[in-house]
Amino acid sequence: MLRSKFDEELEKLHNQFYSMGTEVLGQINKTVRAFVSHDRELAKEVIEEDEVVNEFETKLEKKSLEIIALQQPVSHDLRTVITVLKASSDIERMGDHASSIAKATIRMKGEERIPEVEAQINEMGKAVKHMVEDALNAYITGDDVKAYEIAASDEVIDNYFKDIQALAVEEIRKTPDAVFAGKEYFQVIMYLERIGDYARNICEWIVYLKTGKIIEL
Amino acid sequence: MTEPILKVSDLSVYYNKKKALNNVSMDFYPNEITALIGPSGSGKSTLLRAINRMGDLNPEVSLTGTIIYNGHNIYSPRTDTVELRKEIGMIFQQPNPFPMTIYENVVYGLRIKGIKDKQVLDQAVEESLIGASIWDEVKDRLHDSAVGLSGGQQQRVCIARTLATSPKIILMDEPTSALDPISAGKIEDTLYGLKDKYTMLLVTRSMQQASRISDRTGFFLDGNLIEYGKTKEMFMNPKHKETEDYITGKFG
Repeated sequence: MLRSKFDEELEKLHNQFYSMGTEVLGQINKTVRAFVSHDRELAKEVIEEDEVVNEFETKLEKKSLEIIALQQPVSHDLRTVITVLKASSDIERMGDHASSIAKATIRMKGEERIPEVEAQINEMGKAVKHMVEDALNAYITGDDVKAYEIAASDEVIDNYFKDIQALAVEEIRKTPDAVFAGKEYFQVIMYLERIGDYARNICEWIVYLKTGKIIEL
Repeated sequence: MTEPILKVSDLSVYYNKKKALNNVSMDFYPNEITALIGPSGSGKSTLLRAINRMGDLNPEVSLTGTIIYNGHNIYSPRTDTVELRKEIGMIFQQPNPFPMTIYENVVYGLRIKGIKDKQVLDQAVEESLIGASIWDEVKDRLHDSAVGLSGGQQQRVCIARTLATSPKIILMDEPTSALDPISAGKIEDTLYGLKDKYTMLLVTRSMQQASRISDRTGFFLDGNLIEYGKTKEMFMNPKHKETEDYITGKFG
């Protein structure tokens, strides 16, 4: 195959990965909105759309394996393929968590709620969405310096997690009827926190793509 | 399903009593590159040569089976081998330009055909050299000797010489194995670019070459066609253990 043809294939892989990322970003946005606005229809949409993300992952895996087998890429070419292969599973896991949050939204029907906690979850959701968005942009621009910064911002999300946990415990004590909602809150913030962790993984892959170094951020 | 352009059926080839190819049946499809791989002595070059009737003048070679091209068995007594070789051209391992100018090398086949019109010949030279991706390198010295070119350039002039006779099928016997990697890469690019117009059969020792540019691959061992299929499947999940062992470098 022509080198230029091979470059096109790599470019396509790169772009498809970005599309997958954008798809999941949209789902994170939707699922948080559905959760805080108690919108079960929107939540159902998120659950259904998870299939799209899974298909993206399968497609990217197949293409990556094919490139490795037929083109035997080396150096930066190899890193491009490996990055897509590894980071697409991180993105896929983000999608799973978005879907789990949507399921929690559906389970919450008619339960006593705690508006203060939900307001905070909304904020945490926004922070997570921004982190994922930044990680995807850094991937597209291949900005490893930015990747380090974004990975460090995971701390903000971890702090949200701790604060919301404390707040929820306090509120449940005051309103024991909200204990069922509380259980879901704990789960949802855990899912959001995990999405942040996966965004950090993406940052690690950006550093690998640029430098060839495998690191833990 | 596309109709095959060339059908090999139950082909066996003998060198004296030694069977070099054993009952091989294979269909080749238009506008595809088919790679023939296998260790030395596996029969891949024998098949290629049989398709061009290159054993005709060798009394040691005998053959059974059929090769159907254009609805006719090319081994029928009525086949005109000169016509056949115009339709099915061949490129060899060692570049073999004739000791004449680049221009004369390319138009050689056309002159034999009796074409004298300078405009026609000029056009054929330009088109063939462009097709062989060497036009830009030689256009200002078409009347220099082809023997003075580098090996890679010579090989591309030989490809141009084949293209000038407007073949339908191009047979290639390890066309890059005598060349450095850069020249080999250029030939690979050239072949890939020719796929729209020609059907190519490529004998190669380079697994990478087979996997990079071919659509289908046939694996030969001891005169037998062990496995034949889409290159993607052969290299990702071959069906036979022998194929697996060969493409992973366990033998050969």
